[in-house]
Parts: sequence; structure tokens; C-alpha cells
Amino acid sequence: MPLAAVNDFVIRFANVNGSGSASANEMFARAIMRMGVPVAPRNVFPSNIQGLPTWYEIRVTEAGHLGARGGTDLMVAMNPQTFAADVQSIEPDGYLVYDSTRAIPPGSLRADINVIGLPLTAMCNAEYSDPRQRQLFKNIICVGALSALLDMDFAELEKLIGEQYQGKDKLIAPNVHALHLGRDHALKNFACPIGLRLKRSDKVGNRILLEGNAAAALGAVYGGATVCAWYPITPSSSLAEGFARYCKRFRHDPDTGAARYAIVQAEDEIASIGMVIGAAWNGARAFTATSGPGISLMQEFLGFAYFAEIPAVVFDVQRAGPSTGMPTRTQQCDLINTAYASHGDTKHVLLLPEDPAEAFDFGAAAFDVADRLQTPVFVMLDLDIGMNHRLCRPLAWDDNRRYDRGKVLSAEDLEKARDFGRYMDVDGDAIGYRTYPGTHPAKGSFFTRGTSHDARARYSEAGATYVEGMQRLLRKLETAKNILPPPLRINAPAATRYGVIYYGSTAPAMTEASEILGRAGHSLDLMRVRAFPFHQDVANFIADHDAVFVVEQNRDAQLRSLIVNELNIDPVRLVPILHYDGTSITARFISGAIGGWLDTLKVTPLRKAVS
Amino acid sequence: MTYLAKPKFHHPSLPKNAIGFTRRDYEASTSTLCAGCGHDSISAAIIEACFELAIEPHRVAKISGIGCSSKTPDYFLGASHGFNSVHGRMPSVLTGANLANRDLIYLGVSGDGDSASIGLGQFAHSMRRGVNMTYIVENNGVYGLTKGQFSATADRGSKSKKGVVNTDNAIDLVAMALQLGASFVARSFSGDKGQLVPIIKAAIEHGGAALIDVISPCIAFNNHPGSTKSLDYVRAHNEAVNRLDVLLGREPITVDYAPGEVVSVTQHDGSVLRLRKLNDDYDPRDRLAAMDFLQQQAAEGQIVTGLLFIDPDAEDLHANLNTVRAPLNQLGDAALCPGSAALDKINASLR
Repeated sequence: MPLAAVNDFVIRFANVNGSGSASANEMFARAIMRMGVPVAPRNVFPSNIQGLPTWYEIRVTEAGHLGARGGTDLMVAMNPQTFAADVQSIEPDGYLVYDSTRAIPPGSLRADINVIGLPLTAMCNAEYSDPRQRQLFKNIICVGALSALLDMDFAELEKLIGEQYQGKDKLIAPNVHALHLGRDHALKNFACPIGLRLKRSDKVGNRILLEGNAAAALGAVYGGATVCAWYPITPSSSLAEGFARYCKRFRHDPDTGAARYAIVQAEDEIASIGMVIGAAWNGARAFTATSGPGISLMQEFLGFAYFAEIPAVVFDVQRAGPSTGMPTRTQQCDLINTAYASHGDTKHVLLLPEDPAEAFDFGAAAFDVADRLQTPVFVMLDLDIGMNHRLCRPLAWDDNRRYDRGKVLSAEDLEKARDFGRYMDVDGDAIGYRTYPGTHPAKGSFFTRGTSHDARARYSEAGATYVEGMQRLLRKLETAKNILPPPLRINAPAATRYGVIYYGSTAPAMTEASEILGRAGHSLDLMRVRAFPFHQDVANFIADHDAVFVVEQNRDAQLRSLIVNELNIDPVRLVPILHYDGTSITARFISGAIGGWLDTLKVTPLRKAVS
Repeated sequence: MTYLAKPKFHHPSLPKNAIGFTRRDYEASTSTLCAGCGHDSISAAIIEACFELAIEPHRVAKISGIGCSSKTPDYFLGASHGFNSVHGRMPSVLTGANLANRDLIYLGVSGDGDSASIGLGQFAHSMRRGVNMTYIVENNGVYGLTKGQFSATADRGSKSKKGVVNTDNAIDLVAMALQLGASFVARSFSGDKGQLVPIIKAAIEHGGAALIDVISPCIAFNNHPGSTKSLDYVRAHNEAVNRLDVLLGREPITVDYAPGEVVSVTQHDGSVLRLRKLNDDYDPRDRLAAMDFLQQQAAEGQIVTGLLFIDPDAEDLHANLNTVRAPLNQLGDAALCPGSAALDKINASLR
């Protein structure tokens, strides 16, 4: 029996990168979304410009499960290099769509799948003479054919073509023509639709589809960032580029055309963070975007900013390490390297968004938090959030909101102040008052240094003075706990002895996994951690349960280590559930791992056994 | 150095500058460097230059790296904000600070270890970006704080205090700055205040990246025979190409110069630089000729000093980035936040 499903299946396009397939695939995903059916698209791509295999996966999910599912129901195999492996990865009774212009090697097909051959190259060669056109329209013809095979609303595709080429109107007709070529061929040669079908629904609502890096960049614009210094590194480059794009749109003086921002592509990550710290010291909201290797390079400056108490915002779009690792694969592997960045005793603030909408919120809030706490703040994205389009709630901004610039003294304040010492804890929250350079002719100047200093920023190696300063920095992080986004707890319908802690891009897979586990009789309370240092609720949550699974995407259970370390939890009570092969974590994986653990532990209570 | 702090009060007849400040208003903490250190002379020259230019001290941001030289911002302009950053990274901190507020005067202080070794990359990139700053390298060819290792500006063949001969070639920051597009390049000597003060004044008035490489002998570790950065050696090999007078727009020209002896350069801010030629063939407005002349003199073992190159019409990083006239750190919510209506439009485009 061929697979049959409505609005619940996975399509995977196997392509060669640089072939122009990305925009056609994205249009296909968006058209499904326009039909009111939630989609979760994911790019799987190599660290290369042209010629290596890439995959684009679309999970069609009426139920709204936006994590990766695993497995492929329909493979569009356009890459000869990976053809055999792609065919092998299709679910039993699934479908293969391929370019039948050339005969496929004997023995590379399976008997348990349904094969649909489209003579795409032949159709293109007959229709177009320009080699580039042949390449680009091949993708569009394929999408046209799929629209018939899956019973897609064709008008949505035509509409998207019109939007995509708005202003380049002469490209609209040829693209629509290519769509028709594919659709007509499929309708003529195959029984359409196949078992996998799309049906108009109403499950998308007002949600939007965007990438986390773009959302975070927009957050930086809304959060008032004026200085961005960065060094290109996958998978964070599109964040800085997104900032440039949105600034171009929103941040030019309407009269003079001059820029209300400055972006510098620095010579390396050390210079990037140096510029951010210099700008932030001087009162501008500044950030950099980077990934693991960049964080490693920034260590010395991060310790400086911690000790000298300078706000700085760092977006870390994590990728698989160590070293160069897998630059185009996702992980949550920089937690410890950011939380304790730099030599000596340091501790930093981390924000842990789950999706683009939260990346926008935290991206903007990070600047308030950094200014308020006068310390570096990391916004921890990863490749899965940053470089994939994700369906999420619309971005929102309250026009009554004002930037919190923290404790900054103006010239008038200094006139009124009886005394000024940069690091004096006047208010008991362990945060001192600062001044921007150039504020007052005679008052408020101080010397910023990475050497040990007293409350008046004067050099001091006196042990007591040093300890006092270090203790105040610890107390400042206590202040932080109450202004950072609190963890979110979702209790199971019935009381349970087991809980799960997770964060970031694991969220959609975890939500789905808890549903799967619930159906199998395992109920779990969930807690999504959204910031470090941890809120008291995290300790309370652990105290409420016999055992807590900590689900994350790295080998060494970094969040679990932080919890053990910071909250003094007995490690035995925290069960690590770790996924770190570079692919997006799936509900199948989580439910399998947690389910297996619970099954082995499932001891029937004595009174039940004897009754 | 002196262990006696100067008394706070001072004689009422101390000379005052155009804004009513005395030299004492430009001083700061007592130096902790060795007695006779060239760096202290440079601090004194900075104080003198700022006094003569009648700069309000709080409008200066002084930024440094790590090393003996980088400690000096604590010893001048006590009413200015200072930033003693990490080793070799002063240029990036200064660049960021400059981006945040284009209206302040940025004084970067560094040494040869800081700028030519660990920070060579940041030195180079700040020059090529044209950051509006006065970048002073207090160059003694040696690591003082760690007790006498060679730095990257030590000449090949020069001898350390322990008798080790340097076999590595020297990095010439002046030559690099010229090649990288710095629009004001000078070299001076800590022992020649008459030359150094006007150069610092001109650099502060300059509207782009200004490098001053100041040979500053290390009394403790690099002032012995065999060193090419000792007081005696520098005095013997100093080849000054010009002497400089800086005339601010408001000052009447009182000095008469014989025609042909003087090159007059007007900078963007209206300040006039009058260069008395000591070498007839030297034109500091010709970058290529300057590079050529410097290489030839270096080959002959001469240390060329003076204002070596100036582009009076230089533009800076802010001009390249077309930033608004107002300092970025003073833009308010309304100028920065696009608001909810714009966000709604973005949301609509993502459905």
C-alpha cells in the first residue's frame, strides 16, 4: 500500500548547492503555508559554495509539530551523487520523484517504494536554450509537477511567483509557464493526486515564517543597537547582514540620507568584540554576531568587559564543534564556553530563545539587560533556529516601551551628586553608576581598566578590595536572576515524579515528544529554561521531581553541568538526554530515549503488584 | 619618577590658555615609570599640546593597551575618561568608541610591543579604516614590564642589555602606516619636546588617522651601547626633515619665514601647519616620495623625524560610513526604533 496521509508527511529535496533550488523550494513551502497548513522547512547544506549535496526538507504538519520528524516520505532526488543513499532513506511505501531523462543505474531502486519519473532535463532542453534558464526552470517545473501530485492549491503558487518578481514583471510569465509545464505533465502521465495530499486548513492563523538570524537582527534594530562590528562566520553571517538590510530600510535620516548606525566588518572576532566594548563604553548600544570559534577568540575581551563592567551584546549562532567542527550543522555546544568565558572567575548572562519570535524579543531585550547590568549578554541561537525558516507567532512591539539605558549619570545628575565612584554600590543591587566620556568638565571621569580596582576605579592590589569587588560581581548576578526571562513550566495533566528541562531549538521536538510519551503512559512536567544564571524556579522544579531529564544538543551535557554546578544539585537526579550528530533533534529521538529509560525503571508499585 | 605628590594649590599667576586653564589642569596621577623614562616626556608633551590647543580635558578619550606606554594615560589629562584595554587591542576599542561619539578627541597610546607585535593586525586595520584619532606609539624597541626582551621594532643587529644580538628584521610602523593609507604620519623623539609638541597638536587637529611614532628610549633596559633606541644613538642619527608650527585660525601669524623655506598646509578644521623645511627636497604631501625617502634613509641607518606625510583633506571612517552628524550615543528611541506599524508590515510580508 503506498503511503497515504493528508497534511502530515515529510518531503525532502536532494539538490546540488548553487543550482538555484533554494528559492523554488522555499516558494513551495510558503505555498503550503498559504493553504493554512503548518510547515517546518529545514536546510541541510555543506560548508561550500557550489557543487556539493544539499537537502531541503519540508515537514508538512497539520498538528503543528515544527521540530524535525526524521525519515522521508517523498524524496525529490535531483542529485546523482547522493541518489543511492537518498533512495535508501525513503520510508517503506514512500515515494521517489526523480529526473527520468537519464536511465537510473540498475539495482539502485527499491521494490517497496513508489517511483515517479519526471523527464525534467528533457523538458527543459526542449523549452529553453540558455543553460542557466534550463537549470533554474527545472526547479520550477518540478514544483509545478509536485503541485499536481500533492493536490496543491495552484493559485497560491501563481500568486507567490507574482510577489517574488514584483518589479521584475517580465519574469512572471515565464515562471508561471514553467509551473504549468510541470503540472500539465504530471496530470497527463500520473494518477494525481498520490497518497500524500495537501488539503486547505486553518491551522496557520496569523503566524509568520522567518529565519532566526533575520529576527534577531530585527530585534537589534528595535532594541536600539547603533554599532555592529562583526567577522563573517557560518552560521551567523546572515544576522549581521540582516541588520545591515533592516538598517538600510529603517535607520536613515529622511532629510539627509545619513545613517543612524555604523557597521564595521572587522579583521577578526577579537577586533569585533573590542569595537563593541569601545562603543558600549562610550554609550552606544553595540553588538557582534558570531559562532563558537569566534567566542573562543573573544575570551580575553569578554573577561575584561565582565570585570570592568561594560555592556556588550553577543549573538552566538551555535554550530557543531569542537574546533572548526561541522560549520553547517547545528548544536547547542557553546553554553559552558559562554557562561564562563575568559580566564579567572567569570560568569556571564545568557538568553536562550526557542525560535525566531523569541530571538526577536530577546535580541531587543538583550540591550536593556546589558545596559541595566553593565555586563556582556549572550543571545544563544543555533543553526537550526538561525538559518531555517520557522513558523512562529508574529513579532510584536509595544510603542510605549522605552529603552532602559541603566544607571547613567548626566551632567545635571553629576552636578547634584554629592559623590561619584564608578563601582560604588549605592543602591544595594550591586550595580554602580556610570558616566559616558565627555559628560561633565570636572566631575564623573574615571579610568576603565582590566586590572583590579577599587570602588572609585583606582588601581588596587589590596586583597580585601579585590575580594569586595569580586563578591559584588556575584551579587550583581543575583540581581540579574530577577530581570531575566523566567523559565516556563508546563505541568502534566496528572501528577508525575518525572520532569524534563530543555531550552532553545529543542523546544518544538520536546513538545511533540511529550505528547508521544503521554500517549505511551509516561507523563512529564516540562520546564523550558530561558536564561542563565538560573532562576530559583529551576531549583524548585528539580526539587519537585524524583528525576529530571535534561535534553540538549551537545555531547557533554553542558546545561546539566551548569545546573549541577550553579544550583548544587546531586547529578544522579539529572538524566542527560543528548543529541549531537549535527542534525536537528527529533521528537522520535527524545521520546525513544526518555521512554526507554522510563520503561526500564518502570517498577510496578508493590501494593499494585500484590493486590 | 617622583614620590612626592604635587600640592593641589598653585600660584595664581600660572599662565592660562584661551579657556582659562593652566597646565596643572591637564595633569593627572604621579607617574610610576622609571626616573628618566622617555614615556614621561611624551606625557609632558601631550599635556603641553592640549594646554596650547586649549582643549577641554573632558572632551578627550584616552585609550591604551598593555605595557609601560599603556600605563601613561593615568599620568595626563586626569579629567578625561581613560580606558586601559587589553594587550594589543587599543585600536579596536578606540574604533568602537569613535563610532559611538564622533565629537570627542580620541587619543590612542600604545607601545611597540602593543602595536608591532601582538597588536600589529589591529594597528594596520585602524590605519586603513581612517579612524579619526591621534595614535601615539611610544617606541623603545624593548619589553620593559617583563624585563628586557626584544620587541618587533628592535633593529636587526642591535644588542640587548644582556648582550643578545637581534636577528629578526624590524617592523617600521611609519612605513606601514604610509602604505596602509594613514593621512597623517610623523616620527619624533621623546628627547625633542620642541619637535614633538607641535606634531601632537597637528595630529589632534587632523581629521583622520594620525600616527606618531615616538622613539622613546628605555632607561632601564635599552639605553646601552649596541642599542639603536638609546638616547645617544637616536641623537646621533636623528635626521629631521622639518620643524613644525601649528597655527590655529584665530592666532595672528607673527613669525616671518623666508620665502621657499616654508610649506604651509591648511587642515580641514582651519588650522594652519607651517613646516620649516630642513631638507630642501622633502615634500610631506607626497606619499610615494615619503616612502621612498624613508626607505633610503633607513638603509643608511638614519632615523628620519618630523611630519613625514599629511593629507590635509583626509576623510575619516564616519565619512566613509555616512553616519549622521549627531553622535550615535545621543540618538533617542524615536530615531532608532521603527515602531509597531513597521513591524506589522514586516509580519504581513512573512505570511
